[in-house]
Amino acid sequence: MVNDPTLNLLVGKVSDILDTTIEKNVREPIRFLVNWGRLYSLWPVHLETACCSIEFGAASGPRHDIERFGMLEAFGSLRQCDVLVVQGTVTRKMAPRMKWVYEQMPEPKWVIAMGACAISGGLYMDSYNVLQGVDKIVPVDVYVPGCPPRPETLIQGIIELQNKIRKSKV
Amino acid sequence: MQNAGMNIEDKGGDQLVLHVGPQHPGSGHFRLIITVDGDYIVGAKPDPGYVHRGAEKMAEYRDYIQNIPHLERPVIIDATGVTLPYVLTAERIIDVEAPERAQYIRMIMAELNRIISHLYWLGIYGIFLGHSTMFMWPMGDRELFIDLAESIGGTRVTFSYVVPGGVRNDIPTNLKERALKTFDYFEKRIEEYKKIFFNNPIMTARTESIGTMSQADAIKLGITGSNLRATGIDSDTRKDEPYCLYDRVDFEIPTRKEGDSYARCIVRLEELQQSMNIIKQVLDLIEPGPIKQVIGGVMRGEPGEAFVRTEAARGTMFYHIVSDGEKQPYRVKISVPSFRNLIGMTHLLVGSKLADMPAIYWSLDYWPVEADR
Amino acid sequence: MSAKFVTENQLAKSLKDQFKNKIKEEYIESNRIKISTGPENLKNLAIAVKELGFEQVMSQGGTDYPENNVYRIEYHIICVSKKKLRSIIFSIMTEIPKDKPEIETLIDVLPSAEFHEQETFENFGITFIGHPRMEKLLLPEDWDDIPPLRKDYILPGRG
Repeated sequence: MVNDPTLNLLVGKVSDILDTTIEKNVREPIRFLVNWGRLYSLWPVHLETACCSIEFGAASGPRHDIERFGMLEAFGSLRQCDVLVVQGTVTRKMAPRMKWVYEQMPEPKWVIAMGACAISGGLYMDSYNVLQGVDKIVPVDVYVPGCPPRPETLIQGIIELQNKIRKSKV
Repeated sequence: MQNAGMNIEDKGGDQLVLHVGPQHPGSGHFRLIITVDGDYIVGAKPDPGYVHRGAEKMAEYRDYIQNIPHLERPVIIDATGVTLPYVLTAERIIDVEAPERAQYIRMIMAELNRIISHLYWLGIYGIFLGHSTMFMWPMGDRELFIDLAESIGGTRVTFSYVVPGGVRNDIPTNLKERALKTFDYFEKRIEEYKKIFFNNPIMTARTESIGTMSQADAIKLGITGSNLRATGIDSDTRKDEPYCLYDRVDFEIPTRKEGDSYARCIVRLEELQQSMNIIKQVLDLIEPGPIKQVIGGVMRGEPGEAFVRTEAARGTMFYHIVSDGEKQPYRVKISVPSFRNLIGMTHLLVGSKLADMPAIYWSLDYWPVEADR
Repeated sequence: MSAKFVTENQLAKSLKDQFKNKIKEEYIESNRIKISTGPENLKNLAIAVKELGFEQVMSQGGTDYPENNVYRIEYHIICVSKKKLRSIIFSIMTEIPKDKPEIETLIDVLPSAEFHEQETFENFGITFIGHPRMEKLLLPEDWDDIPPLRKDYILPGRG
């Protein structure tokens, strides 16, 4: 390279300007488009862990319809899903299976911990077979409290997850 | 973990061992280990325990009234059906009796919960057979009954409403008009369900003569609930050993003779109608009065034992409490209908085709969270 | 005394005539009969109860009494086919010592007790001789502690 300080400064400034232009006009729209596509077509895994699964089923019903927000039907194969909704208590027998399911999902993937038992053990704080919180084995993105959470609370949790995806860097 | 630590023989040849669940759209919180030979099932071994939270052991560390919320969680869709026998048994130990108005209100909640549970079963049965409209319609109609129950109990599913001595709160004054309006609407909907699902030739082809159980087998294996009534025996605890003023209302017990999956569906459909009849009669019979008998101090009973059985949505539920005079029970033994029907699943699956497995499995109304407690 | 209470007394009396002093009546109330016996006589008593018309095992459980050093095992049997007997719950029970917890299985007499006996095995450690599957049913496969429903097992959150 040329050992001229003024030329170095000029090259540095030009590359800076080029970077911000590409960032604003090329990368950001691409990131926006990719995130927009991902957050409005979330496929949950069909893994029912415990009793919160009935409120998830009721949330898929016609009154509180989570499909209009982007959480689609949970009847696909594991290899094409992105969201793992941990619905309730995770017992010591279910925990290794849940971890295998999480590891088999392709990137990018997110986890919603639904219910008091998935957040921290809940009502079963002294049971011999219950894991005290699912964030001991998988990384959790959104916590939805309740026992069981109302479908409206679950919808708020899904919208929080969508806001998080909207801001994420690809 | 080869076979996850269970002893399963691999006979080789044409036979294949399949693990259905727990991550499977057709299995729920439960695993079935099936051995298939071509298209036919030759062996079925159930693997429950994925939601075993130790309810019986935890009940020994809590007071009689602290036990109600966590004994409600196993059958969360039928919350009153599972706490009512516990409360009746605890009342026998503490030696207190609920007043008459409270008993009528308990009957209203129990029948509402029976309707809510059967509609959930119907919705999931539709989606198991691939009929997604039959998932949406019962789930939507079920919300109307949840609204009625919420106006009495306070929350959507886990009311903890029945306590030893009576019930927590009184019913709202406009319950009768709202209930009659809902029942009028729902009776018209049942006709529409019959048009699209129960009289649909594809559905009848998939459920008639599938999973037939004979009457002698049902008695021998210990089957209970609507599965037993679909083989011709009209046994129902509400009529055999009436509890809670069920002997003052008039209702029938629907039965069928064939014993196949279609018969089990029709029995549950007719039970919905009978539950609505019971609620209408109770709303006419109910009189003003106290709703709770106040128990002074901590609830404790004399040393002894008591047992009570009632008819929950899935069958006969039985509680046995042993007390040693303390404020916490010494031993609580729960016998749930799903656990008793598990042996029927093994018996029915052997010999049938693999494609019929969802139709047979869910027609027995096996709720895995209940069987694990 | 109602007509139904007469039936309970009649049933208990017919068993008393058959077994003389090998059985003991714990109590006979309206809709409830409870009879206890020694562990070696439980199977004969179950056969006699089945011949009286009670077919299904509704519940089978155990209780731990550490101060007497025994386990109490009981079967609650009901009838669903005969209308007159449907309201009665017939309970039979026995006590076995804790240092030798084994008893003969009843599944050849009452097949509906199969899964119940498996659960009692994993909760207390009682072996039912003749049962095809004495293995874990509800507990996880790698459970290595003592059976959880015994009184000397303390819950992890409370101990």
